[in-house]
Amino acid sequence: MRKMFKEALWPAAVFLAVLALWQGACTVFRIPPYVLPSPPQVFATVVERHASLVAAFRITAVEAVGGYLMSIVVGVLVALVFAQSPVVRRSLFPYTILLQTVPIVAVAPLILMWFKSGASSVMLVAFIICVFPIIANTTQGLISVPRNLVDLFAMANASRASQLLKLRLPHALPSLFVGLRISAGLSVIGAITGELFASSNAVGEGGLGYSITYANSQLQTDYLFALVITTSVMGCLFFFTVTGLEWLCLRHWHESAMKVDAD
Amino acid sequence: MKNTDTGQPPFITLGDVTKRWSNGVTVLDGIRLDAERGDFISLIGPSGCGKSTLLRLLSGLTPISDGTVTIDGMAPVAAREIMSFIFQDATLLPWRTVQGNVELGLELAGNTTAAARREACGGLLRLVGLSDVAGHYPRQLSGGMKMRVSIARALATRPKLLLMDEPFGALDEMTRDFLNEEVLRLREVDRFTTFFVTHSVAEAVFLSTRILVMSAKPGRVAREIAVPFPFPRTSALRSAPEFLERVGEVSAALRTVKGAH
Repeated sequence: MRKMFKEALWPAAVFLAVLALWQGACTVFRIPPYVLPSPPQVFATVVERHASLVAAFRITAVEAVGGYLMSIVVGVLVALVFAQSPVVRRSLFPYTILLQTVPIVAVAPLILMWFKSGASSVMLVAFIICVFPIIANTTQGLISVPRNLVDLFAMANASRASQLLKLRLPHALPSLFVGLRISAGLSVIGAITGELFASSNAVGEGGLGYSITYANSQLQTDYLFALVITTSVMGCLFFFTVTGLEWLCLRHWHESAMKVDAD
Repeated sequence: MKNTDTGQPPFITLGDVTKRWSNGVTVLDGIRLDAERGDFISLIGPSGCGKSTLLRLLSGLTPISDGTVTIDGMAPVAAREIMSFIFQDATLLPWRTVQGNVELGLELAGNTTAAARREACGGLLRLVGLSDVAGHYPRQLSGGMKMRVSIARALATRPKLLLMDEPFGALDEMTRDFLNEEVLRLREVDRFTTFFVTHSVAEAVFLSTRILVMSAKPGRVAREIAVPFPFPRTSALRSAPEFLERVGEVSAALRTVKGAH
């Protein structure tokens, strides 16, 4: 307990310092609240409008999780195909990189133009941004099985299926989790980006992305801050959920989970 | 050819076995060898003499370029049913417990129930003195312990032929000596035939019934040295004069082989 307190001390000190600087800047430079609201103002807004924040959180969370789950299913399936043959891998991998390098803000409006504007299109945007890290990391995990272990399974006349289930997939699990952690944060960014283009004409009360556009256009900067904070909370929540799941799955045997264990 | 009087063919026959890599290099050239049931054959020689390759040919993991390998009347790949391979490192699955790792061979063979596997492997773990760590994961074990798990896993399928590719090379001398005695003890229980690759002359003499000293480029059997000491052998053998004499003989043979290059 004392150790946990010690661990939390420095980050907490930094947090307080930033709040103090923020408040100081607002007071000293007399910054108007529509440019930079002070910490108490933001806090008051969070409390006052918590109902709409929670509603927006829910909508965006569903979209982000939907896109994320889709990217896990598709990403792992694609990785399984990639792992089967170097030829397939070499011919298709460049295009998955393309998927990653095309700016999502440029693709999002296209997707929303082509498909019906709504939650499923936003999910698609989240999916596109999430899928590459999962494909890349899972493929790496599947193909990096040590030669001796493959030979061991060959000596036991193991079928292709049991080689996959009992060797390649468990071996790829830590790499899959690397991808899952990266994509957990990305899914929120994807959903927000999608909403910036999607909900504007579809629904009056949209998710966090839509609300951000709305608050911005109305110069409700305090609400904008509240929304940004809510978004960060969502990102952290996703990230820590995945990290917790990773620890549960790998704690017995993998280095990455062992380090958490040792602390 | 020892068994000519009974008319039985030898357990393992290598007939002019040759292995060439695709770049034209000949690693093994015309290896001729018969092995009887219960033989413990050590392969020793300079690096590049193809001793590990010979094990891989026996296991069918690497195909032969020329010649024939017959194991109990079968080709190597078909004979995998009756053999186990122990690698240089323990090659344990880190996500499985000791028990789970030992059960792997039987599980992949697929003709046992989970209860039967647990039973069989529990007995084996007792035999090798690993019962206390059955629920541990490999990362919690020392190098020597890991290797014992690897040996237990190999023996779980009751192999008739055991291929060991320098399994104790990475261990300290005390652990190595201990595991040497362990292997001989297990061999008394289950009379498996063994091919054993090593760099240690003392280890080869202590374990083997026959030692094949190999030369490199191309790999050939330069000399065969029989080790007639009776089994069971104990650690006392290591300080016996006849043991040291045999070690000297093998070392000298090894020097001639190395000196040729």
